[in-house]
Amino acid sequence: MGGTELTGLTALELGAAIRRGEVSIPEAVRAALCAVEARNGAVNAFITVTARRALERAEKLQAEAGRARSPLYGVPMAIKDNICTRGVKTSCASRILGEFAPAYDAGVVDRLAGAGAVSLGKLNMDEFAMGSTSETSYYGPVRNPWDLARSPGGSSGGSAAAVAAGMGWYALGSDTGGSIRQPAAFCGVTGIKPTYGTVSRYGLVAYASSMDQIGPLGRDAADCAAVLDVIQGRDARDATSLDGRYGGLLDGLTGDVRGLKVGLPRDWYGDGLDGEARAAVLAVADVLKSRGAEVVELSVPVMDYAASAYYAIAAAEASSNLSRFDGIRYGWRAEECGGLDGLYAKTRSQGFGPEVKRRILLGALVLSAGHYEGRYQKALRARALVRDAFQAAFERCGVILAPTAPADAPRLGEGQPEELQARPGVAYTAPANLAGLPALSMPCGLDGKGLPIGAQLIAPRFGEGALLNAAHAFQLDTDWHRRIPVGRGGGVK
Amino acid sequence: MDVAPEQVARLARLCRLELSPEEVREVAAELGRMLGRMDALDRLDTAGVEPMYRVSPEVNVLREDEAAPSWAREELLAAAPAADGGAYLTPQAVE
Repeated sequence: MGGTELTGLTALELGAAIRRGEVSIPEAVRAALCAVEARNGAVNAFITVTARRALERAEKLQAEAGRARSPLYGVPMAIKDNICTRGVKTSCASRILGEFAPAYDAGVVDRLAGAGAVSLGKLNMDEFAMGSTSETSYYGPVRNPWDLARSPGGSSGGSAAAVAAGMGWYALGSDTGGSIRQPAAFCGVTGIKPTYGTVSRYGLVAYASSMDQIGPLGRDAADCAAVLDVIQGRDARDATSLDGRYGGLLDGLTGDVRGLKVGLPRDWYGDGLDGEARAAVLAVADVLKSRGAEVVELSVPVMDYAASAYYAIAAAEASSNLSRFDGIRYGWRAEECGGLDGLYAKTRSQGFGPEVKRRILLGALVLSAGHYEGRYQKALRARALVRDAFQAAFERCGVILAPTAPADAPRLGEGQPEELQARPGVAYTAPANLAGLPALSMPCGLDGKGLPIGAQLIAPRFGEGALLNAAHAFQLDTDWHRRIPVGRGGGVK
Repeated sequence: MDVAPEQVARLARLCRLELSPEEVREVAAELGRMLGRMDALDRLDTAGVEPMYRVSPEVNVLREDEAAPSWAREELLAAAPAADGGAYLTPQAVE
């Protein structure tokens, strides 16, 4: 098989070809590196490409291929740059981490290494995962492979763009308020944010700890299931991690959704939602219905306040989490600092970008005496209402079907700060984070501009199996997930 | 919702961030708009609703306290901007 044919395969298809001996692991790595060479200059999905390491690892894995156990053995992938990789620069797309090369691998990286993954490198993102366009990176904006003038979404924009452009068969991202699902939607790939706590965050640089979760982005639901099978489960090194006991996801993908109740929250389909997005997402319900699912209209009335609650909580936690960057223990230090206080202040002022500083100050503000009750505590009460609203909805349905984003990918430079928008996109994704629920986004159409539209599925805690099976059922009957931007007009040639 | 520039200057000091007087004014205006944008929270009736700090109902998941090897000191120190002979180097903090 040629390089382009290879990069058009799903991760599981490539894994199967490797097992059958039709493709060698070094061949697969070289095909991906060729794609990186050809496209990353335009897309800027990677901050660090570890070509030599990847090729060496490929040779080693190939020599031991007889012992392969995982369906993903030998499949090249890449990692969002807020996930620690031993000896490989981990920047969070921030100046303040400089050339920081961690002394250890994150829990998820350990797990994937055990399953025979080959990392191609580290992926660009919004600085410290704060943003929804991947434009706040110190290393420059990521561009959407479907239209280079547009954003790939964020904050895991590099992860989504890399998979969409064939620069790796799957990627790890992180999702605090939608940072896996929204870029997956904008780039036409599938991505899942697992139930809070079910994937180890050991080695994930913290943004908002009560919501952060690592998850996979891939071409389809089956690829995401295979990756999640590997990375889920308790890790003693992450005290917040727990055993979701939902392993065996890949084996559970039957496509049988007979009797599944699919809830359509009517409040999520109202004002502010683009008409083409609405039609494409509702068409998902029709496909699932044709396979025996039942569609139930219901209400999850959280859209008016979920974004506000999210911003208050995320900023508060960020202001605390980011206090650890002090110019002393890791990363970059400003010069000419004067004393210790000057070192802290100059390093942080010059090391953090404007968006990060804004959120740190917003967080400090909502935690300060005048606003603690009215904003921070109130946001936490609102969060309880979000949880209760989902709980009520799941009395009546097994999964919720909703838009991932209200519109398609914005043009670079045109997004205004989300916090100031009337109904920010995060209103569609953050509810699942506030409640700790699993949620995925999958491609469900292309709009008039030729840009991907994403459909979001949300399930109760530990409902990953139902979620992925519903997505798989949809993907058995449709081919939106097979559309790739490579070589198409406006996209990456 | 107004945020006074003096308050921003104070928060910035607490957060160890240096802002120019112009930045202080800009950020104050911006934070004011952001706080105002959260007024949806004011309209929400949360009487009798407890704040939800975390999403997992599990609390105090404990493990056995067992000794395990930690990271090599030199590897951790290698990540620091300045280190010497087993310690982080900082400007003098105590006279």
